[in-house]
Amino acid sequence: MAAQAGTKPSPEQVSDDAGPETVISVSGLVKRYGAVEAVRGIDFTVNRGETFGFLGPNGAGKSTTIKILCTLADATAGTARVAGHDSATERDAVRRNIGLVFQDTTLDSYLTAEQNLRFHAELYGVPKAAVVPRMRQVMDMVGLWDRKDSLVSTYSGGMQRRLEIARGLLHAPHVLFLDEPTVGLDPQTRSSIWTYINDLKTREDITIFLTTHYMDEAEHCDRIAIIDHGKIVAIDTPEALKASIGKDRVQIQTADDQAAISELAAKFGLEAAMHEGAVTFSVASGEQFVPRLFSEFAVPIRSVSVSRPSLDDVFMSYTGTTIRDAEGGAGNEFMRNMHRMRSGGRR
Amino acid sequence: MAMETTGPVEVSSAGTVIDRIRVSTPDRGLRHDLRAVSIVWRRELIRFRTDRLRAITSLVQPFLFLFILGTGLSTLAGGNLPQSTTFDFKTFIYPGVLAMSVLFTAIFSAGSIVWDREFGFLREILVAPVSRGAIVVGKCLGGATIATFQGVIFLCLAWFAHVPYNPVLIMSLIGMLLLLSFTLTAFGVMMAARIRQFQAFMALTQMLVMPLFFLSGALYPLTGLPAWLTVLTRLDPLTYVVGPMRHLVFSHLNVSAQISAILNTHLAPAITWDGWAVPLWLSLGIVAVMGLGMMSVAIAEFSKTE
Repeated sequence: MAAQAGTKPSPEQVSDDAGPETVISVSGLVKRYGAVEAVRGIDFTVNRGETFGFLGPNGAGKSTTIKILCTLADATAGTARVAGHDSATERDAVRRNIGLVFQDTTLDSYLTAEQNLRFHAELYGVPKAAVVPRMRQVMDMVGLWDRKDSLVSTYSGGMQRRLEIARGLLHAPHVLFLDEPTVGLDPQTRSSIWTYINDLKTREDITIFLTTHYMDEAEHCDRIAIIDHGKIVAIDTPEALKASIGKDRVQIQTADDQAAISELAAKFGLEAAMHEGAVTFSVASGEQFVPRLFSEFAVPIRSVSVSRPSLDDVFMSYTGTTIRDAEGGAGNEFMRNMHRMRSGGRR
Repeated sequence: MAMETTGPVEVSSAGTVIDRIRVSTPDRGLRHDLRAVSIVWRRELIRFRTDRLRAITSLVQPFLFLFILGTGLSTLAGGNLPQSTTFDFKTFIYPGVLAMSVLFTAIFSAGSIVWDREFGFLREILVAPVSRGAIVVGKCLGGATIATFQGVIFLCLAWFAHVPYNPVLIMSLIGMLLLLSFTLTAFGVMMAARIRQFQAFMALTQMLVMPLFFLSGALYPLTGLPAWLTVLTRLDPLTYVVGPMRHLVFSHLNVSAQISAILNTHLAPAITWDGWAVPLWLSLGIVAVMGLGMMSVAIAEFSKTE
């Protein structure tokens, strides 16, 4: 186990075999900025070793929640406990046990990568003898050890983000917070960041809490909470969430599409329509339906495709809007307030 | 709190054996705080070392004041100065310009806090499990150190102003510069705690720096001034360093006893409050207390959360 805190075991470590340990627990959390309610009473728990994602459009309250969990903001009401400590009253204890990667870079670009990490090690009081070996370990993990002496200003955006992840792990935290870890990166770099994140799960005993507004990234999580307008509207594994809205989409290409549509209606009671040049319909479990289709269908079938509901569909079904549309609402007063707050509220 | 590379050696998915390095971070204590002070201080030094341009440009202004203004004005001031080959107007303004050489560097080193806030690094500092006090102290000491270093470079030019390289004099001047630099950095840090834009910080400090300099008596003796100006000069913290520094410099000059007497009575008189001469310890004490006071305000400011 790489990440074990000091001499005093924290409560959740004592109860090692009593089911999953709770590493983060939040109850009744509210955050008000003046008249704007950014977080409107949320409850959730995160278990040890989980990758837990907060999914929602910009301004939904994701960053505000992270700020409260990380002791950077005070909650208006409710409590948040992280790694066995209250994030309002035991700030230092929480801070020692968490690693942070913010959505904007927080590196000193005039220092080398190594100097940035050393700065972090000293601030977090990493034991002197452990600094160099641990520095090497985390930089190896993100493939930057051979670039340790370069100034951070010479790093690409993806390298900077990797360095920040390494730095967040340097003091062996229990929980790693990643606030929009891939925002502003190109797709290729985004996927490489995810390779590193997934890889570190195999090397470190760590719980990951992340926020994202990319649906495809939410798939990397063990569980996700969908947050919209400051409230959690759904919380479960990606699979269960997708299953909860039900059906798979099946598309078939046939010799006679019109005949196929009427046969589907007559034999299986399915309502089908033409989409993207194929006969398209929804069915509860697509992969079990396809064999039946082949054995019982009269119209010759040329090809079949079955697609699962995406998290996009999930988000849509819980919030009534797509995440892109939710963000596109530039006239939304709430969101504009949130942006203002965020840019003015860096401390 | 030890590191053990023993412990469970595990095999990663890639098949390589990894020695998990145990890291335990200690509870907050004095030693931890001192490490934090030290690293914040060291960062200032690293930044200063890599930014040679800043070191050079911030010496341009005192250089101009000493050699251009000092030489130019000496013809005008000449009649009022004692005639000597080892004293001229440059000698007179040297202590004040020396103070100026640390003024900009000290305040602008504090400005890097605003810069760090704009570029995010401040967040990395503020979320660390370390007291805000340690961070502010490290910052103030860092600014004081690099500003004093600037002053030391300027001290090398003492010969051009007929100021002797006397070890006691030099060491005392360095001590006073350090005190002054600390207070000025604390002032800058206090301002930086509140200001969110670097441009605003620059504009505000530019606006304050010149009055501080002009009111300190760096360019003229603090005797026979109109009452309003007398009051203003006594409110300027810089006055309480420039006065003692000038007194110190004059007492080490190679001049006749007669000239020395003129210098001390007319050109470097003691700072007075309504006729009462402020002793040296009190002068420097005022500067130190102001510095500590502003540093405390800065710590309180940085300890607030959203």
